[in-house]
Amino acid sequence: MTFKQMTAAEVSKKVINKTDLFILDVRNESDFNDWKIEGQNFEFLNIPYFDLLDGVEGILDQIPANKEILVVCAKEGSSVMVAEMLSEAGLDVFYLMGGMKAWSEHLEPVRIGELTNGAEIYQFVRLGKGCLSYMVVSKGEAAVIDSTRMIDAYLDFADDIGVKITHVLDTHLHADHISGGRRIAEATNAAYWLPPKDAAEVTFEYQPLESGNVITIGHTAIDIQALYSPGHTIGSTSFVVDQKYLLSGDILFIDSIGRPDLAGLAKDWVGDLRETLYTRYKELSEELIVLPSHFMIIDELNEDGSVAKKLGSLFAENHGLNIADETEFRELVTGNLPPQPNAYQEIRETNMGKIEPDNEKQREMEIGPNRCAVR
Amino acid sequence: MNADKVLDAKGLACPMPIVKTRKAMNDLQTGQVLEIHVTDKGAQADLAAWSKSGGHELMETAEENDILKFWIRKG
Repeated sequence: MTFKQMTAAEVSKKVINKTDLFILDVRNESDFNDWKIEGQNFEFLNIPYFDLLDGVEGILDQIPANKEILVVCAKEGSSVMVAEMLSEAGLDVFYLMGGMKAWSEHLEPVRIGELTNGAEIYQFVRLGKGCLSYMVVSKGEAAVIDSTRMIDAYLDFADDIGVKITHVLDTHLHADHISGGRRIAEATNAAYWLPPKDAAEVTFEYQPLESGNVITIGHTAIDIQALYSPGHTIGSTSFVVDQKYLLSGDILFIDSIGRPDLAGLAKDWVGDLRETLYTRYKELSEELIVLPSHFMIIDELNEDGSVAKKLGSLFAENHGLNIADETEFRELVTGNLPPQPNAYQEIRETNMGKIEPDNEKQREMEIGPNRCAVR
Repeated sequence: MNADKVLDAKGLACPMPIVKTRKAMNDLQTGQVLEIHVTDKGAQADLAAWSKSGGHELMETAEENDILKFWIRKG
């Protein structure tokens, strides 16, 4: 029988459409347990490729006959080997083109909605890592927010829809992924905005992004209002776009809240985090639609693959916004933290411009889930 | 560390470093040590996991100029 490749884009469609898929992940057990492709109707079997070198006969009875089968490994090589063995044993199978490396880098653009005067906002969903970035488009101009290092995705998308990127913004200095902000700004001559309190050590020029700044996209058509909201980092800044959307960065997620420890100062910043979530955000309209910079679990995705929910609903349902007792809150966000993201110190230094790792190294630094949240 | 055999798997991508290691290991006696040189970073965790599942002992690892070195004692 046959074996064929399946692209990360095709797997993304299956995640969003909740299609059935059987994934045979042939990476080693600890890599699999740390991070894998997630989908509501995906079934998994993890057998390392090195246990299959003598043949796949021993696992054939664990592979369903009535489902599409996808073999996955880190970079592709081993999945091709195993897929070939399975096809020789009589199965029709796919392997993931580019492996988990490609999965981690794939961005799926989803249109979130329309703004005043025909402007639009798009969310770029990085399913493999749970990162979310944004493009606000108005009258031929665009702003990119919290971009990933895969900058071609934004440049090509802007070209396709015929807009020029004029502003690039980061809500904070990221610790889980390498920002493409500076390179997009260089490639397009756009202004690069960063919160100055997070940018104290950066080695390049930037525009200081401060509470009350209003950035206009496309000649007065649309406004992005900055709102200082420290807690995940000391500089963390949220944006209110067109008085309709709240881009909450890594402060507030759909089913979790930001962790305050990735710049090393959890105990100092927990008070800021509480102030932002329980006071500053409380003063905003509950009708605002929250667009965070991450999701943690696949259940946070809406039917269309987007990650967005009304602020009012989050105040009602998000556990992190409903802890009346301050001591208990402090305990949650400082006492019970998940492991830190892979290479997070090096990622921060890269985002400051202090080190410039090559592409291959950057890819490696970003392996694994984002881990920016606490639940 | 002294090795009974050295395997050069530099420049090879997964799954080849493990495939070659396994083959080289077949030529050794129990207790003998195989030294392996690789450049594929992914091989690190895989060689550790493979050694464990095969009953071998990963005794030492080192990194020199982007070359990863492993010493595995046959079990």
